[in-house]
Amino acid sequence: MGEFLLVTIQVDMHDRLATVLKDDLANRISATRARGVLIDISALDMVDSFIARMFGDIAQIARVMDAETALVGMQPPVAITLVEMGVAMTGVRTALNVEKGMALLRAGMDEWRADDDPPAG
Amino acid sequence: MATLKTRIPEVLERHEDEILSDWMKEQTTALTQRPDLMKESELRQQSTKFLKLLREAISGNNLMDVQQTNWGPVREFLSEMSRSRAIQGFTTTETATFVLSLKQPLFTRLRKTHDGQPDYLFEDLWNATVLLDKLGLYSVEAFQKTREDVIGRQQKEMFELSTPVVELWQGILGLPIIGTLDSKRSQQVMEALLQRLAETQSEVAVIDITGVPVMDTLTAQHLLKTVTATRLMGAECIISGVRPQIAQTIVHLGVNLGDVTTKASMAGALAVAFKRMGLAVGPARRQSGETA
Repeated sequence: MGEFLLVTIQVDMHDRLATVLKDDLANRISATRARGVLIDISALDMVDSFIARMFGDIAQIARVMDAETALVGMQPPVAITLVEMGVAMTGVRTALNVEKGMALLRAGMDEWRADDDPPAG
Repeated sequence: MATLKTRIPEVLERHEDEILSDWMKEQTTALTQRPDLMKESELRQQSTKFLKLLREAISGNNLMDVQQTNWGPVREFLSEMSRSRAIQGFTTTETATFVLSLKQPLFTRLRKTHDGQPDYLFEDLWNATVLLDKLGLYSVEAFQKTREDVIGRQQKEMFELSTPVVELWQGILGLPIIGTLDSKRSQQVMEALLQRLAETQSEVAVIDITGVPVMDTLTAQHLLKTVTATRLMGAECIISGVRPQIAQTIVHLGVNLGDVTTKASMAGALAVAFKRMGLAVGPARRQSGETA
């Protein structure tokens, strides 16, 4: 997807799969020089603390590699579970769906570019 | 004691009419008869039916055990009567007195029947007391249960009424909270809000707490949880309607509302929401063709 990587999680996440995903993503970010990672979890209806931490890890890893991460399409029960577990996922951007997540990442990058541009005049 | 044969069934059968009329008198004078709620004819009908059922049940072997099957019709009648009385607005005392006021007429007949036999009389009085007490308690229980059902239903209705999620604008949801937020309710509020967010794909939610009378740490925590969950789903949450007392309490309690956007009024929150979504509200320009 252009300069973004899109990960759609369709199956139940178990711990090993999560670890594999983390490794894969790190490699892919490096290989494709992606500037953003979109993780679509709209099909995920269950999370545990390990998976939640894994998403946080992915976001941090991506940030270190100069890519922003957006978690999109979280289901209400999942959000409630995470809140009850005390996982606030600070540092991870969230959006309602892939489209909005894409806009979010794009906006973030425009901001970044604006900062980077040499001052006019 | 089992050798003493009880004569209650016999008394009931022989003096049914007299007992009924005495009982009716007892009920009407006991200040528990409510002419405004129930007509005398209706009361008489109920009394007659109860006596008849009592007589039928008592002629069986299980005089004392009202849980036995032959007492089924009596139990049914009593619970039906208690239910209707609870709905009609009778008090507990008035309902219990229906059964308990039968004691006086029944005891009078028993005394006459057992004239000169104090042992038998005592035994039968005791039996009758125990029996009528049991039936009285049973009717009170049924009465109470009906009341509790009503309370339960009202509570449920209140829950349903109290958490409407409204769409203020396309992409902006409003959630006016009226009343105290306890754990159960806040859970419900959170679920309703998140569900609607997912359905409508709204980006901003405004929680209006104008109707929340008191704020404590628990309530604040629930609110914070809702805000966090909303963020996790990728939407923004604004809290509006923070009244002066509530603001003071929040500060006093040391609750850290963190980076939650709070606004004094729903209008302020809506303005913020419009801004977030890149919308603007301005005065309508008059069409050129329109006359002033």
